[in-house]
Amino acid sequence: MTEIPREEYILKCTSACAGCSDSLTLRYVLKAAGPETVLVVPACCTSVIQGIYPHTAMNIPVYNVAFAAAAACASGMSAAFQAAGKKANVIVYAGDGGTVDIGIQALSGAFERGTDFLYICYDNEAYGNTGMQRSGATPVGARTTTTPSGKIQVKKDLDGIVAAHNPPYMATACAAYPKDLFSKVQKALSIRGPKFIHVLAPCPPGWRFSSEKSVEMGKLAVRSGMWILYEREFGKVTINGPSKAAMIKPIPLEEYLEPQGRFKGISSEAVAMLRSQAERNAMRLKKEEEGIC
Amino acid sequence: MTTRARLAISRPTSGACGKTGSWRVFRPVIDREKCNSCGICAMFCPDGVISEDIQIDLDFCKGCGICANECPKKAISMEREEK
Repeated sequence: MTEIPREEYILKCTSACAGCSDSLTLRYVLKAAGPETVLVVPACCTSVIQGIYPHTAMNIPVYNVAFAAAAACASGMSAAFQAAGKKANVIVYAGDGGTVDIGIQALSGAFERGTDFLYICYDNEAYGNTGMQRSGATPVGARTTTTPSGKIQVKKDLDGIVAAHNPPYMATACAAYPKDLFSKVQKALSIRGPKFIHVLAPCPPGWRFSSEKSVEMGKLAVRSGMWILYEREFGKVTINGPSKAAMIKPIPLEEYLEPQGRFKGISSEAVAMLRSQAERNAMRLKKEEEGIC
Repeated sequence: MTTRARLAISRPTSGACGKTGSWRVFRPVIDREKCNSCGICAMFCPDGVISEDIQIDLDFCKGCGICANECPKKAISMEREEK
């Protein structure tokens, strides 16, 4: 494992909420990518935390685009860099709303074209920056401002959709495991073609827990099996250490749900749905890792 | 200069969002006796305000408390800011 560089590419300080795991994730993404990087940011928390014009806290080039256009913009940018003979990492850094709901056709298009870029979706499971409205990535039973009694539908399987495009590299990560995230970003950038990383980013005001538990919540998500850390390299699945341990001996799901205000008063049917979805995902990945399906 | 102004380009500046330390309700205080400088607090700080030698930049620390929660030695305590 290579040493994590000391350089920070975000100046002090963004206007992210206290305990935001989006800025924690972005710190490590930029550390792994280095200065030769262009960030494409659609409307999401990251586009509002940069600072007030004409100042920005980002010390690398950032291009802010419309919600639905991030991956399409990155396609053009990547092609332009190629034509000019420049070597630069093009990274799309989008929230779950801009990936799962609004940006999905641009994402699919860019993956189909085989654009050389990295798409990072940091997933706080709702539209955080507009005040926690439900998104396609919100899990069943979670209360948001538009689902005050808990969401009825299950979380969209974004990783399944991306995997269907057969990208050379895709992975999941979590803000609570920054070293794992760092090495995954480095590995992704060393491969040519479209790459995808899905990062779980616990959101203190949105998930309704106190800000100091942000990292703890990410760890609980992995340990309870609600979030599985794995990589898919040229079709070969590897489940990473923390998730492997969680598959053998997971902590009870309630330990993850109870500290979060958004799951307050969740029905037992919704818990059962969450559990069965997590178990199904784990089972499928395990089989894929063993090469059974 | 004029074209730059027309293109709406923001320039990197330290303190682009103001001194975010003013948001703080609880201030992290390090007990140097207990601290073994492992750097876990600096690793998990979302804003990167904890330096290599475990000095917290209180101009920008938002007081989220992740450092105190993650410290394996429990060397950081959160103390209420006086008004």
